[in-house]
Amino acid sequence: MILELQSVTKKFGGLVAVDNVSFKVKKQEIFGIIGPNGAGKTTLFNVISGVYYPDGGKIFFNNKEITNTECYRRTRLGIASTHQIVKPLNELTVLENIMVGACFGKKSATLKQSVSIAEEIVDVVGLTEKKEVLAGKLNVPEKKRLELARALASEPDIILLDEVLAGLNPAEADEMLKVIQKIRESGITILMIEHLMHAIMKLSDRIIVLDYGAKIAEGTPEEIANDPKVIEAYLGDPDLALKLIKSKENSL
Amino acid sequence: MKKRYTLLWLIPLILAISLIPIITHSVIYRETVFLILMYITLAVSLNIILGYTGYVSFGHVVFFGIGGYTSFYLMHKFGIHLIFAMIMGGVVSAIIALIVGEAVLKLRGAFFAIATIGINEAIKSLVTNLSWLGGATGMFFNFKIYKTYGGAAKAIWFAYCLMVIVTIVSLVTSYFIKNSKFGYGLFAIREDEDAAIVLGVNAKRFKSIAYAISAFFPGLVGAIFFFKAGNIEPEDAFHLVKSIEMIFMVMLGGFGTISGPPIGAILYERLKGILLVNPLFKNLHMAITGLILLIIILFAPGGIVGTLRNRFKKIRSLLE
Ligand SMILES: Nc1ncnc2c1ncn2[C@@H]1O[C@H](COP(=O)(O)OP(=O)(O)OP(=O)(O)O)[C@@H](O)[C@H]1O
Ligand SMILES: [Mg+2]
Repeated sequence: MILELQSVTKKFGGLVAVDNVSFKVKKQEIFGIIGPNGAGKTTLFNVISGVYYPDGGKIFFNNKEITNTECYRRTRLGIASTHQIVKPLNELTVLENIMVGACFGKKSATLKQSVSIAEEIVDVVGLTEKKEVLAGKLNVPEKKRLELARALASEPDIILLDEVLAGLNPAEADEMLKVIQKIRESGITILMIEHLMHAIMKLSDRIIVLDYGAKIAEGTPEEIANDPKVIEAYLGDPDLALKLIKSKENSL
Repeated sequence: MKKRYTLLWLIPLILAISLIPIITHSVIYRETVFLILMYITLAVSLNIILGYTGYVSFGHVVFFGIGGYTSFYLMHKFGIHLIFAMIMGGVVSAIIALIVGEAVLKLRGAFFAIATIGINEAIKSLVTNLSWLGGATGMFFNFKIYKTYGGAAKAIWFAYCLMVIVTIVSLVTSYFIKNSKFGYGLFAIREDEDAAIVLGVNAKRFKSIAYAISAFFPGLVGAIFFFKAGNIEPEDAFHLVKSIEMIFMVMLGGFGTISGPPIGAILYERLKGILLVNPLFKNLHMAITGLILLIIILFAPGGIVGTLRNRFKKIRSLLE
């Protein structure tokens, strides 16, 4: 088990954003997390990455407890993440952004090494032409790719992808899917939050579904798509329910 | 790695300026250049916390004052040599920065800036109330002190040469930080501290170290300045206007760059010279400074160096 959550709870005042969630992630798995808007998916990621400490429960990474480990240390242990709301280092170039990822991530590269790592990774995410551009000048899909690039540069064991496909056009999304598959092939475990149903159904080995902070289902994509509780949870979000049903039809 | 040439012209330029008084043996030039060097070092050190790390240390003059008082006391009471007293001044400034940084570096944006003003005012009133530091009237050197250095005239030349060295060291430090992994960590904090932490930057530690380094050099400068002046008092040592001047120089030259703060410092010294001798502007010099600061922030937030770098991509390796 590379990652294990035991009854993790995170509250914001009276709001229980993550409610007693437990799951285990195997090495090199693509582990999907879905759920309606506001279900607590991003908060769950933040608890795993250490941005927030949980109010209850325990987190284990490579069988070591990290519940109270500081955020930056978790990154150094090998947990890298991307932000749903992108956070580029605006006044640094694309290359420099990625270098920061390499310098302070699990790899802990020297500045010199970080340059060659960044040069490789801009290619992987398709930002080669923009590598000398200030990150603040990129458009949103490019910034998403930069998020991914920075996380990859740290050479993590596990990477948390928070809606990296959102806002991409179908061609770009396809590109990104290929990149994600490549990342898995390189031996990295992937946790991904995604609203694009067909994508997450296609990529994930297993999926959990969050609703109002609680885990309401866990299983293979097929099991999830057939779970009445899941359909029900998405009823509040007709658009997504439709997509879910459609993805089920497609998979049949 | 890109080739970086900034220091190759900057250091010779500063050495050349520093040599003018020595060659001409002119006391007037010496006073002017001393001020320029002092401003350069103050601006360069403020830039490490303000420009590199993004924390507006508004009360930064406090470290000038702490360094000044520490060294002055050591020289005055125990006859310790300027060099050692100066290093102690820098070290004490840096240690105090580490201690207060523990508390204030948790604050962001305006709250940090305001807290640093508070620190300056608090330390100023503390010093004003300590009789062993001379209280409000401060301390005066006994002329004997200069004997060690071969008399008052020689002592001042000695202080001048020390100032040249401190300035060069501060520039080289600023250069190495900017081109180091540590520097990249600081830039990441400046751009987005939360993102930096998620990327693995130990923001708390990095900010503390940056703050301590940026306090160390003003401590040295304070030591030399008050040694040369022969007296020290709270109003001079913790004068908030000097803080504003430091911010002005950094912003004018270009924050976060290596050559910006020294360029800003040189220009500011010249500007101040012109304004202060002109009876029309004499009392308005801070008002004019403020106005220029406003214009820079509104229209050229990168300052002179930042703006030039944007305009002329070719010269970037020369103008960092
Ligand atoms: N820092 C915070 N302070 C207070 N409440 C928060 C905070 N962050 C999230 N929340 C609340 O917690 C709940 C879960 O938010 P979260 O962002 O985790 O949802 P999500 O599943 O990622 O949603 P989306 O699909 O829209 O990204 C929401 O009700 C949100 O308003
Ligand atoms: Mg979210």
